[in-house]
Amino acid sequence: MSKRMFLAAIIVILATPVTSMAVAADIQPAIVYDLGGKFDKSFNEGVFDGASAFKKNTGIEYRDFEIQNDSQREQALRNFARRGNDPILAVGFSQAAAVEKVAKEFPTIHFAIIDSMVNQPNVQSIVFKEQEGSFVVGVLASMAAKSGKIGFVGGMDIPLIRRFACGYIQGARYANANVEVFQNMTGTTGAAWSDPVKGGELAKSQFDRGADVVYHAAGGTGIGVLQAAADANKLGIGVDSNQNHLHPGKVLTSMLKRVDVATQQTFMEARAGTWKPGLKVLGLKENGVGWALDENNKALITPTMKAAADKATADIAAGTIQVHDYMADNHCPTK
Amino acid sequence: MTPAAARELPRWATAGLLPVLNLTAAFVVSGLVVLVIGEDPLKVVRLLVWGAFGFEEAIGYTLYYATSFIFTGLAVAVAFHCGLFNIGGEGQAYIGGLGVALVCLNLDGLPFWLLAPLAIAGGALFGAAWAYVPAYLQAYRGSHVVITTIMFNFIASATMVYLLVNVMIQPGQMQPESRAFSADARMPFMHQALAGIGIDLAASPLNLSFVWALICCLLFWLFIWHTRAGYALRAVGANPTAAIYAGISPARQTMIAMLISGALAGCLGLNELMGVQHRLLLEFTGGYGFVGIAVALMGRGHPLGIVLAAILFGALYQGGAELSFELPRITRDMVVVIQGLIILFAGALEFMFLPLLTRWLIRV
Repeated sequence: MSKRMFLAAIIVILATPVTSMAVAADIQPAIVYDLGGKFDKSFNEGVFDGASAFKKNTGIEYRDFEIQNDSQREQALRNFARRGNDPILAVGFSQAAAVEKVAKEFPTIHFAIIDSMVNQPNVQSIVFKEQEGSFVVGVLASMAAKSGKIGFVGGMDIPLIRRFACGYIQGARYANANVEVFQNMTGTTGAAWSDPVKGGELAKSQFDRGADVVYHAAGGTGIGVLQAAADANKLGIGVDSNQNHLHPGKVLTSMLKRVDVATQQTFMEARAGTWKPGLKVLGLKENGVGWALDENNKALITPTMKAAADKATADIAAGTIQVHDYMADNHCPTK
Repeated sequence: MTPAAARELPRWATAGLLPVLNLTAAFVVSGLVVLVIGEDPLKVVRLLVWGAFGFEEAIGYTLYYATSFIFTGLAVAVAFHCGLFNIGGEGQAYIGGLGVALVCLNLDGLPFWLLAPLAIAGGALFGAAWAYVPAYLQAYRGSHVVITTIMFNFIASATMVYLLVNVMIQPGQMQPESRAFSADARMPFMHQALAGIGIDLAASPLNLSFVWALICCLLFWLFIWHTRAGYALRAVGANPTAAIYAGISPARQTMIAMLISGALAGCLGLNELMGVQHRLLLEFTGGYGFVGIAVALMGRGHPLGIVLAAILFGALYQGGAELSFELPRITRDMVVVIQGLIILFAGALEFMFLPLLTRWLIRV
């Protein structure tokens, strides 16, 4: 071996750890989606969008996994942790028990969970105050309804969805104490998230009873609700992502739940080294929830309505208005 | 249930060679699908097998899934032997789980050796109770059991949601689920149980329910082929008119078969709730009740066949999960396609290769 080659070899050997360290400095995020799957047009897809945006902005690849049954939650989290993926984001409240267990097994890895709370030193819990966003769209619905009657169509009948309904009713009553609210849940099983036909029927029956505006918190089922509103020449309200564009002029507004922002944020924090464990509550104040105003619904929102919504938003953010959280005591103060 | 041609062939051909041929055909077609989406089929098969049997934890997961499939497979099979098609395994397992959970939540002060039989009894009793109404309607009112059991799946689902959302939920909890079972009301994991006698295993959800599943297989075999009651049950399944002539009441046998079927399905909760999740939660049955139909068909209603078919499906579940984990291009839906093809070839097209096989064997 010539001297020069020997030197080159030494340089290569010395340089190797340096380059691998540079690679290791990049985070390797991973996502475990909930049963709904990556492309559910709502909640999980919001996370996917956030992760895609993160990838686009930073060029950092991420891995993800769609579970098929409950026992795969733990398995998937553990698989990612074992391969050194960090941070690991678990989507949906159903993952709480699995995250708690796996986070204990891998104390050096950072976990995040959306929509639930896990008290571990290496877990960030991201929850949204859906009741606050729902309150504001409730105010708008109440003001837009000339008949004084509004409706709500939920997906699966679980506390989380009752929290949407409860916030909505509080907002509606805040704007008009005499407003009449019709409430329906689509079903009691997971199928209730993807039944647009039944959603449409429920909305239709509410319109027949005189409702002018119907808000849905029903995932894929809501597509039918918004369609029924457009067909009946009434108004619908979208949820989770901005659904104003689905039927321009027929969707009053959308209650935004910014899971995409939350996803991107937690990955960015991990990258920058500012990631912190603990509870992260995203409400109106933190821009975690909100309502959508764009060219599709500009004509529907009068200046008075906008002012009222902005005032409610500001008051909730400031704490002057306390929106009751259904899940705090499984009870809604107003019916 | 078996075509005449099958009876002319030796048993090793119908029970051994035919399923292997069906499986191979299913894998070949799956391989073509894999090829179309641009992955290497051989690599996929290798990952699938490695993911299911390649390491201790994987085997544990495979057998854990198999445990659930054995329960539901036996449940469907016992009804088959009586000529009944019980599609309600899912609902019976769901309500059976409620029975298991009620025992675990309310009697958790008891020692395990007393609690375990009570939990088994709870699951079996609730599962059987859920099968009772469709069974009665079939036996004495002639309402077809296929329709009523499907309907009962929905009623079970709605009942459980009501109970979990309104009654059994822990206040302040996000998830509609009961409180966790206390430590002494949990089925020991296999790796814990075997560590006690000095055998070291990797941690996996496989638990002692597996042993109970195997005992159920043995009891099933004894009952169906070695008791008078089992004979009466099969007699009704083979020919109800002849059974009446022999003094056997088809209505009574229908009741017996469906109650046993419901009880077996109800045991699913032992594995899923008492064994792994340690609390009552929504949709823990995960469609296993329906997979049981495929398992029973593929296992030809025999416990040995059911165990093998259950392990095959367990391997597909576990291997499939590892596969979609390793190769992101193979999504979970792709894994369902492979499972579907196997059900298609092994279940629906069960005897497709039979004429071919008969001709070939006769020539040899």
